[in-house]
Amino acid sequence: MLELRNVTAGYGAFTALWDVSLDVAAGEAVAVVGPNGAGKTTLLRVISGMIAPRAGALTFEGASLTGRPAYEVVAHGIAHVPEGRRIFPMLTVADNLKMGAYLKVARRAYAESLERVFALFPVLSERRRQRAGSLSGGEQQMLAVGRALMSRPRLVLLDEPSMGLAPVMVLRLFDLIRRVREEGYTILIVEQNVRQVLKLVDRAYLLEAGHLKMEGRAEALAEQDFVRKAYVGL
Amino acid sequence: MSAGRVGVGVLLAALVAAPFVPMGGMRQYIFHVLIQIFVWSFIGGAWALMGRFGLVSLGHGAFLGLGAYTTTLLWNFFGLTPWLGALVAVVLTAALAVIVAYPCSRFQVIGHYFGLVTLAVGEVVRLLIIAERDWTGGSLGLTVRPAGADSLVAVQFADKRVFYYAALVLWALGLWVWHRVDRSMARSAMEAIGEDETAAASVGIHVTRFKIAITVLSAVLTAVGGIAYAQYIAYVNPDTLAGIGVSLRIVFAVVLGGMYALLGPTVGTALTIALAEVLRVVFGITYVGMAETIYGLLLIVFIIFLPSGIYGSVRDLLRRRPRSQPAAPVTA
Amino acid sequence: MIDPIFLAEAAVNGLLLGGVLALLALGLNLIFGVIDIVWIAYVDLVMICMYAVYFLVQVYGWPIWIGSLASVGLGALLGIAVHVLIISPILGSAPVNQLLATGGLLFFLQSFATFLWTTDHRSVRLTLPTLEYGGMFLSFARLVAFAVALLVMLGLFLFLRHTYIGTAIRAVSQDREAMALMGANPRTVYVVTSAVGGALAGVAAALLIIQYSVHPFFGAAFGPLTFMICVLGGLGNMIGAFVAAFIMSEIISIGGVVWSTEMGYVIAFVIFIIMIFVRPGGLFARRA
Repeated sequence: MLELRNVTAGYGAFTALWDVSLDVAAGEAVAVVGPNGAGKTTLLRVISGMIAPRAGALTFEGASLTGRPAYEVVAHGIAHVPEGRRIFPMLTVADNLKMGAYLKVARRAYAESLERVFALFPVLSERRRQRAGSLSGGEQQMLAVGRALMSRPRLVLLDEPSMGLAPVMVLRLFDLIRRVREEGYTILIVEQNVRQVLKLVDRAYLLEAGHLKMEGRAEALAEQDFVRKAYVGL
Repeated sequence: MSAGRVGVGVLLAALVAAPFVPMGGMRQYIFHVLIQIFVWSFIGGAWALMGRFGLVSLGHGAFLGLGAYTTTLLWNFFGLTPWLGALVAVVLTAALAVIVAYPCSRFQVIGHYFGLVTLAVGEVVRLLIIAERDWTGGSLGLTVRPAGADSLVAVQFADKRVFYYAALVLWALGLWVWHRVDRSMARSAMEAIGEDETAAASVGIHVTRFKIAITVLSAVLTAVGGIAYAQYIAYVNPDTLAGIGVSLRIVFAVVLGGMYALLGPTVGTALTIALAEVLRVVFGITYVGMAETIYGLLLIVFIIFLPSGIYGSVRDLLRRRPRSQPAAPVTA
Repeated sequence: MIDPIFLAEAAVNGLLLGGVLALLALGLNLIFGVIDIVWIAYVDLVMICMYAVYFLVQVYGWPIWIGSLASVGLGALLGIAVHVLIISPILGSAPVNQLLATGGLLFFLQSFATFLWTTDHRSVRLTLPTLEYGGMFLSFARLVAFAVALLVMLGLFLFLRHTYIGTAIRAVSQDREAMALMGANPRTVYVVTSAVGGALAGVAAALLIIQYSVHPFFGAAFGPLTFMICVLGGLGNMIGAFVAAFIMSEIISIGGVVWSTEMGYVIAFVIFIIMIFVRPGGLFARRA
């Protein structure tokens, strides 16, 4: 479904990703794990078109998306839940979701998408008239995910969804992401919380200092001594 | 750099010797243009002292007007020599600068907000000048009372050469101040690096003091420029010496030349004045407004295509290497 | 001692002027909130539109309401032109340069207007009555302008609240990158915002020309005031700008009667300066 071939990217003189190749098949859940500053966020930003790669190719469902701007990428069916959630704090919850369905195609299916999102996250339905900025951290994260689903994507990119959340909320959030998965969305997730995320996904990549170091089934990767010591904390 | 020094020497010698070059009937006009260039370059340089540290003032007309009107009013009504009048004006301007700069620095008024506060200050000074029309002549302006003959006390001379040399000295003084600020800034930057991390807290105080000091310096020099201009033209007017129009003109000239380079303000001012003169000569009074129209259009084009100014761009091109700006804007 | 009737009349006139000022401030604030650039030449676009209404109505004899609609259309076109020709090439430049580019536009528009139409003051003469109420004299034209300004602001409010593009405009002013992730081309949003902002300038022009005469330096009279209202209300804050417009117009109107027109402005500007120090985020900024 998604293919990255030898992608190199960065900001200004700084290179954050070196020669990264990665695949996500339809229906899969894939994680990218690694320490802070490994280039995980950059990887997602390249995929969603927020930055253009310096070299390499990016294809999604057979179409080349290399260097396409973000507003075009989302129309191809990739929704990005960015780092730090980036909801619109002064808009109501309902308006945030409406903006998620900004694309023409998504607008037509607005009512149906809204129903699906509210079924997944009932709390958003309760708070639909509230300003998004007044929600709790966990609720804001749900709103960010719900907003992404409103564009009717086939692939959802999640950047550190558990960041800044209380431990109880983290567990609930991973449950919710699991349900999103069960709805049939393909997921590419970047996480610090390696132990939890490896339980959620089928496969994982290990990214360190901009290089892909390892790739494998989630269980297999979790068994690796090196990964366990460094990230799982066992 | 010795070639550069020789170049500067030759240029200075040429400027000093200029009055002795025969110019025929054009003499008065050429002096007039050169004096304007020197005085406004000096004012532009004064503005850029602040501008290059991110303190973009859109109200330098306030200082210009305060300086020029204080001196003129004291002379016209009390017969106080402009030498002493200038002293009073400088004190008043410094006070106004502190009144503006202290709260701005204290309450972290920066960027757009700083620009708009200074713009308001400029408008307040202009409106006060107009409102006090019994003294100032309102929007009609005020003629500096003639002393009758050449007089050092009144700073009035029939011969433009006197003003020419005075303006040249003023301009050179402006460059020297710029150079000194540059050097002391480099030293402070070195000190800041040398100090350990725990001293970081004291840097905040340092920044506040620095911002106020540079604003006062810039304001005082601007006032001196305003006084010089008023003495030369012998006429003050709220629209040419205060308010948003003249404030923007100063900024334009500097940005056009490049505010991070020593000669940037001079190059920008010389070009804008030369351009205005050429357009005025070409279009004359048959097409009122045409000269300014082209001037405005060129400004837009320059800002879009030469964002670091003419002098700055040329210099960068000569060095073949994008040079980092000498000082980052003070934003703390 | 000033006759209380004059004060009351000034207060009412201030209120009526506030309506039009609020419209101007909302237009400028909308553009600032979304594109993050202050159009120094905003009120000069109003000046151009005022000339348009003057020529259409006074010279070509069009009915005032068609002239006004033309002014709205012209304003929108000018807004788009300013964005496409001047703003979009410098979106990434230093803020000083952005400010100055629109300042250059100010010089250009002022001088071009001087060149084309000289510095004569021109006004649209409508035979509208003056109303008398309890000893106060109120101009009907001002009342109409006030009512129309309120209606247009209500329309703007509904547009920003209930349309996709209107909501997107508000969203972009909060997080422009996130809005790109929703599939909105920022360029489109910018152009629409500039068109709406320009159209508001066109409306304001039609409302101003029936009260004031137009001349090339009209922008200089209202421009600084409009920026200050925006800042006082909080740059990008629409409700703040609305309230600030009435505060400033009352100060100017009452100050003008009690002292002089200039002193009215001086007081308003000094209050503005003090307010920036005390409440830098605008009247309604939440304390951090």
